Amino acid sequence: MGASPVLPPVIVVGAGQGGLQVAESLRSEGFSGDILLLGAEHHAPYHRPPLSKGLLLGETTAGQVLIRQPAVFDKKGITLRTGTRVAGLDPAARQIVLETGERLEYQALVLATGARPRRLPVPGADARGVHSIRTLDDAQAIGAELAAAENVVVIGGGFIGLEMAAVARKLGKAVTVVEAADRLMARVVAPPVSDHYRALHEGHGVTILFGTAVAGIAVEDGTARGVRCADGTMLPADLVVLGIGVEPETVLAEGAGLVCDRGVVVDGCGRTSHPDIYAIGDCAARRLPDGQCQRLESVQNAVELGKACAAAIVGPDKPFIAAPWFWSDQYDAKLQMVGLSAGHDTVVARQDGATCSWFYFKDGRLIAIDSVNRPADHMAGRKLLAGPNVLTPEMAADGAYPLKDAMTAPVA
Amino acid sequence: MVKIIYKTHDGDVSEIDVPEGWSVMQAAVSNGVDGIEAECGGSCCCATCHCYVDEGFADKLAAPNDQEEGMLDNTVAERRSNSRLSCQITVTPALEGMVVTLPEVQS
Repeated sequence: MGASPVLPPVIVVGAGQGGLQVAESLRSEGFSGDILLLGAEHHAPYHRPPLSKGLLLGETTAGQVLIRQPAVFDKKGITLRTGTRVAGLDPAARQIVLETGERLEYQALVLATGARPRRLPVPGADARGVHSIRTLDDAQAIGAELAAAENVVVIGGGFIGLEMAAVARKLGKAVTVVEAADRLMARVVAPPVSDHYRALHEGHGVTILFGTAVAGIAVEDGTARGVRCADGTMLPADLVVLGIGVEPETVLAEGAGLVCDRGVVVDGCGRTSHPDIYAIGDCAARRLPDGQCQRLESVQNAVELGKACAAAIVGPDKPFIAAPWFWSDQYDAKLQMVGLSAGHDTVVARQDGATCSWFYFKDGRLIAIDSVNRPADHMAGRKLLAGPNVLTPEMAADGAYPLKDAMTAPVA
Repeated sequence: MVKIIYKTHDGDVSEIDVPEGWSVMQAAVSNGVDGIEAECGGSCCCATCHCYVDEGFADKLAAPNDQEEGMLDNTVAERRSNSRLSCQITVTPALEGMVVTLPEVQS
């Protein structure tokens, strides 16, 4: 009997939070083979949430955003290769092809390629002083210019844009947010939450322009000097930050013929349409029991789908089924969201001073809770949305009713 | 550097020299200490960096704010009088030698 052949590694393409989670969860699930984690950036895996908050405020250093020290990768037997771009997949040969032409064989492949910021398709958008916030390098570039900037224009009133606006106001900058829709965070939260955040930002001195399209960036000597709106208004700017959303990074998957639908289509364990290939995190669109594909951009989705993917590779399956949750920090307001409120027919609020939760119902059933500085409501919501519950709009509106009591059906 | 001692539920002990200004969570995660998940990376949003702090250091720690209180009420492992979220404890020289015990489960 000869020695059993050594299998090639599990290769994880993308060294963000999700990619790292897959690699580490493979170990905790008992996988003993080789693990190769490939990152296109030159940084080891880092936390993205602080990039638009603490890092820009100087409260968090670049060292603190790195998730693990290098020695931890050695200890866990994970080979990390940063600065490594993958050019293509060759599923038939179970290989990936790097930009350098190097081919690497895998036993299983995980795409954790994330998403890329949407670009602004207007003249001048490539000028100095115009930035997206996606990577540590992006945030450091913004940080370097922010100190000297006087007028900051944020294009897009979503989470990232509003977090940036809050940071810039804290640093004393004049801030204008340009939003195409008629309310803030329109893609994710319901109108009452949008209204709350409009008041919050305007109260902090931010100018918000709704229903406003951007026609171009005014550029002098290669540097942005202003934002030209479609109605002709010129907003002076020495720093322009784009927060107009991201697009899933599906080029590799599409090139390999994997089924994609605004994301790489996967099941609750990250399985794609190809048996040896998985996808997780921002690039993945998870097929739900009702047949719809849901693509989430969140830490929870990266971590939980990462764990589920590792479990599926090792066996047995532990699919990701929890209700989605998100958060956003703006000034001293912590917005925590659980569930998805789109499609609600009823919304009720619990309010106490500046803290508020909104409960969303559809056909009498709780589907989501958005909370501002009410963490207990949010955490109760995670439990309520994890299984059957009896919460009615009347109970939700009654601040004295303990939410935990709605977790189980009443005894008949 | 300030020495913080992490004890896992299984009894594994890690002594880590933590830079001042880092959180108790950051140092544990950075060094790969098992028993702290810190899914949200220190935003006080997930309650998966729950720990029990050395009673002898109770008076050297700032009390939990409302956000931490709300999350502490929802930890998976039992909340005790010395329960804290380690992401909310900033390391200062006064914490030299503090022992932090980690619960059996975080999520």
